[in-house]
Amino acid sequence: MAARAGEARTKVGTWIGFVLILVWCLLPVVWILSLSFKGPDETAAGSPQFLPKNWTIQNYKDILDNPDFLDALRNSFGIAAISTVLSVIFATLAAYAIARLEFKGKRLVLSLALAIAMFPVVSLVGPLFDMWRTFGLFNTWPGLIIPYMSFTLPLAIWTLSAFFREIPWEMEQAAQVDGATSWQAFRKVIVPLAAPGVFTAAILTFFFAWNEFVLAISLTSTTSSRTVPAQMSYFVGPDPFNPPYGQLATASVVVTVPIIIIVLLFQRKIVAGLTSGAVKG
Amino acid sequence: MASIDMKNIVKQYGDGFPAVNDVSIDVQDGEFMILVGPSGCGKSTLLRMIVGLEDITSGDMMIGDKRVNDLAPRDRNLAMVFQNYALYPHLTVYENIAFPLRLAKAPDDEVDEKVRAASKTLELDEHLERKPGNLSGGQRQRVAMGRAIVRQADAFLFDEPLSNLDAKLRGQMRTEISRLQKRLGITTVYVTHDQTEAMTLGDRVAVLKRGVLQQLATPRELYENPGNLFVAGFIGSPPMNFLPATVEGTSAKLPFGTVQLPPEKAEKAAGKGLLMAGIRPEHFEDASVKTDHGSGSTFRAPVDVVEWLGNETYAYIPFEAPPEVEEQLRQLERDLDGESLHTQLVVSLDGASRISEGEEAEIWVDGSKIHLFDPSTGENLTVDREHAGRIPGGAMEEAAAQPSAAG
Repeated sequence: MAARAGEARTKVGTWIGFVLILVWCLLPVVWILSLSFKGPDETAAGSPQFLPKNWTIQNYKDILDNPDFLDALRNSFGIAAISTVLSVIFATLAAYAIARLEFKGKRLVLSLALAIAMFPVVSLVGPLFDMWRTFGLFNTWPGLIIPYMSFTLPLAIWTLSAFFREIPWEMEQAAQVDGATSWQAFRKVIVPLAAPGVFTAAILTFFFAWNEFVLAISLTSTTSSRTVPAQMSYFVGPDPFNPPYGQLATASVVVTVPIIIIVLLFQRKIVAGLTSGAVKG
Repeated sequence: MASIDMKNIVKQYGDGFPAVNDVSIDVQDGEFMILVGPSGCGKSTLLRMIVGLEDITSGDMMIGDKRVNDLAPRDRNLAMVFQNYALYPHLTVYENIAFPLRLAKAPDDEVDEKVRAASKTLELDEHLERKPGNLSGGQRQRVAMGRAIVRQADAFLFDEPLSNLDAKLRGQMRTEISRLQKRLGITTVYVTHDQTEAMTLGDRVAVLKRGVLQQLATPRELYENPGNLFVAGFIGSPPMNFLPATVEGTSAKLPFGTVQLPPEKAEKAAGKGLLMAGIRPEHFEDASVKTDHGSGSTFRAPVDVVEWLGNETYAYIPFEAPPEVEEQLRQLERDLDGESLHTQLVVSLDGASRISEGEEAEIWVDGSKIHLFDPSTGENLTVDREHAGRIPGGAMEEAAAQPSAAG
């Protein structure tokens, strides 16, 4: 009896903790969602209530009619996707070299990569701004893709080289004995085995590029290359004391949805990717 | 199908350490060759040099009549089974076996036909759609073999393929491998540290120690005519007994008594001072069970421990060795990866023997089967060179140099 009571208590405790964490994490999200369904009168009211009195999808209509927002959405997608693809390709090759080959300066490459990852983005804004203006990269897609890649590559290289290191050498040697060239062995055996790592690296890179604000706002000047986070800061509306909260919230919801979809789609792969370093399978 | 000819193969690592030193082994077409030795003897390195995963420092590696030293593994057309099987975990059993064919861009129906044939041979039919991760050790082992037999390789290479299996399965797979090799008649090089596998599988066995070939001979020749102390101690289980001996005339003085030697053996060992006598456990017998004493002699000795196995009995008789022999025995023990604490005699007696522990027993020994070794060089003085395969000269010098270097 006592044991069963203890078990029940543990169960209740687990659920309480679970709900607390959920509320803590999801409350802001729900708040934004509810804001996005409120009309301007309600958001401007002195003490708004949590749920909208009159549900409206006017905000969504407005934002999807807003050409600036659509441009920004297109930019965000394009820039994040290109940086992700390039970053993962380069990181895979670099990580493979680091994991498999003995060369001088290997440690240097790794520690340099780590140093870059720790470098504060803000301190680079000024120099980059000047450089990009000289090179004609200011306010272009490559102007954002290049810095995004340089900040996400180190993390991707570290993640992937950990993965490659865990793949036994024999796999590759077996493939070579079976008649594969080094490239075939890499492509047909090593990359599929490192797929969880590749996914993890890809998703982390995509998130970074998708959410990044400081560089996006500083290195762009028009909607031809401005991404959503930067574009949202231009949603001021006619009255500076009354920002269009509903619009902002709607934009946030629209940009969050793709991320949630991606995470749900690749959830299992990501979990495998994040844990496989710790526990040997 | 091809022969593999290794000529003066040397593998030297960056620090100058020769992992394989001047080894020459000729594997005939269709022959089952075993490379055996304790860990660190260079047997795996040698195998990896055959397949091309390890560079050759000097010497010639010939497959057929082609020198392959500078060919990539994929151009040597050899099939290899790795110690941990190296199956591709992301592919099904079917695709694992098909992998070499897919790389060779074989058409789908040919792939299917060959994979089904291989899986039938290895009884893997019901597992074809499973992933290697869900298979047992023995099944994985068979998949690895399937991947090897599916292509028309010139030779099979095995790198300790059974060491990850439990004892019972190991015995079964051993016979399977032997049967398969006989049926396919394919040249095979098989690396193992297990002398039972070496004895049972091989047409010929190459015994290696610290990168040097000790003896290359059939299992029977190795057992009956070991070229030196190391081979004598390595081949056979329980191992050969080594006792200090001095030869006077045709009799050898052992710690327990005097044994009569055949004249031709005594002659080879005459006047050499203190020698090491090697006697296999089964060349002893309980004198009360043995009716025909023939060429043997008997002695009395206190039995320390008795292990009765039903069909036979092992009796252990401790003895004191003179310091110079003791040192040599300890060195040999280290070479063989062993860790025996006592100098003792192991004798294998008939199961009918009634000798009990602590008793002083009368033991018969077959003097004609005794080998006499030179304790300083390890060389077998009484070896019958006609029936001992090939014993490279270098092995003796190496053996002689080692104890002083190690001590």
